[in-house]
Amino acid sequence: MENNKQSNFIKRKLKEKIFLAAIFIFSLLAIIPLFLILGYVFINGITAVNWQFFTQLPTPVGEPGGGMANAIVGTLIIVLIACVIGLPIGILGGVWLAERGRGKTGFFIRYAADVLSGIPSIVIGIFAYTLIVFTMKRFSALAGGFALGVIMIPTVTRTSEELIKMVPTSLREAGLALGVPEWKVSLRVVLRTAWGGIFTGIMLAVARISGETAPLIFTSFNNQFWSFRLDQPMASMTVQIYNYAISPYADWHRKAWAGSLVLVMIVLCITLIFKRFSKRINYG
Amino acid sequence: MDKTKRLEIKDLDAWFFDKQALNKINMYVQEKQVTAIIGPSGCGKSTFIRCLNRMHETVQGARSAGTILLDGENIMRIDPVLVRRRIGMVFQKPTPFPTMSIYDNVAAGLKLNGVSNRSQLDEIVEKSLRQAALFNEVKDSLQKPGVSLSGGQQQRLCIARALAVKPEVILLDEPCSALDPISTGKIEDLIHELKKDFTIVIVTHNMQQAARVADFTGFFLLGQMIEFDITTKIFTAPEDKRTEGYITGRFG
Repeated sequence: MENNKQSNFIKRKLKEKIFLAAIFIFSLLAIIPLFLILGYVFINGITAVNWQFFTQLPTPVGEPGGGMANAIVGTLIIVLIACVIGLPIGILGGVWLAERGRGKTGFFIRYAADVLSGIPSIVIGIFAYTLIVFTMKRFSALAGGFALGVIMIPTVTRTSEELIKMVPTSLREAGLALGVPEWKVSLRVVLRTAWGGIFTGIMLAVARISGETAPLIFTSFNNQFWSFRLDQPMASMTVQIYNYAISPYADWHRKAWAGSLVLVMIVLCITLIFKRFSKRINYG
Repeated sequence: MDKTKRLEIKDLDAWFFDKQALNKINMYVQEKQVTAIIGPSGCGKSTFIRCLNRMHETVQGARSAGTILLDGENIMRIDPVLVRRRIGMVFQKPTPFPTMSIYDNVAAGLKLNGVSNRSQLDEIVEKSLRQAALFNEVKDSLQKPGVSLSGGQQQRLCIARALAVKPEVILLDEPCSALDPISTGKIEDLIHELKKDFTIVIVTHNMQQAARVADFTGFFLLGQMIEFDITTKIFTAPEDKRTEGYITGRFG
């Protein structure tokens, strides 16, 4: 009897150990690709990253040196335009869906957002092309930002909605009971409480659009020179990387790697900086 | 007890979808007195108190009918936002705003309604915290998050938050049910203090609590008001058999 209990105990312990080990191995497997990619980009890119890379314009084939300064700034500007277009619509749409989206309209919007997030980004690029590039008769940073903004909207809407729904009703009621109008409670109590999570969602969306190439190729196009005009073609890191990567020149290939590394680093920095910034305004 | 009636409730009905939760409630609330609502779970006492500041109707499928007079004015015809500024509410579980400091929690009602004068806010926050008997415990940590306080302190913080918007009536919906006996004692002492300046309605499932704090008590059963009278009368010489049965512990 005693012996039996003992062996049962050991069996259970053993089972637990096996499952723990399995969970650990699978979570390790899940992050291996991340580190492989980061490591590979780092090894290939770091040799071509230097001060010039951040400060100089691209050089023609065969001419040594040069950098991606205009593309780095261009990517930042285009992503900023995308945020200006995508975030207000996305966040407020999420608030509406969470607070009022119970009926048919809500169902339809939610469904549309899910379909939109499944549309390949190149299709959205074509949409921006027909809508803006074609009517303006030229490529522009604005068209690029618009395309990326549209890509952002469904992700931001749905994460905002889900996180706002997680805010307990008791908090909303506490706000209303203070004699605060409903819309103010939604924005300044409920949204603020959910903000930490929504912010993470926004950062994921920003990271995703920063890496988009296809919709930019025929919207913001590319530019070998400095340009700050939003109605003109603008360089972006992804398109520049793409151009370099498909070229037959070894020097350009190295620059493509360097560009990839810098792009990853920029996204990482933006995320870290704003994460800290958002924590501060949360307690302000 | 020769005081004015602050609230008068006439033929109040309330529903959740098709289910009637309150049936022809008639009672009144005296100025600067504590009125307790007692009754078994599901008798409609929370629904009733939530009708008084029109929080009932914020729940999907909920509606109500009848008349509630605040100083003779029917609150069913006033903008609910304005009603709630005059009739504040504290809930069962403490609900400090998790993103806000202690100070901001108390100031929330004012800030959200556009008061931004710093010295005015400072003054009201301190006064409200003192009224809620919390100031001495938190005066050195006003910038800490409100959720860092203990449960009992959080509930007093919520009372301070309700007081800060200067309501005339305060509704307490089972304010002690999530608290330990010591915190409960503090809240009850506080109710005695607040009575000097405010009119209070408290829902409680704890009969001893009603006996300790209330001047008037109403007994609810199955959505109906069975009996409403001076507390001592309800607890010593109830007129209705059902009231007697409940307070002597025969059911509920």
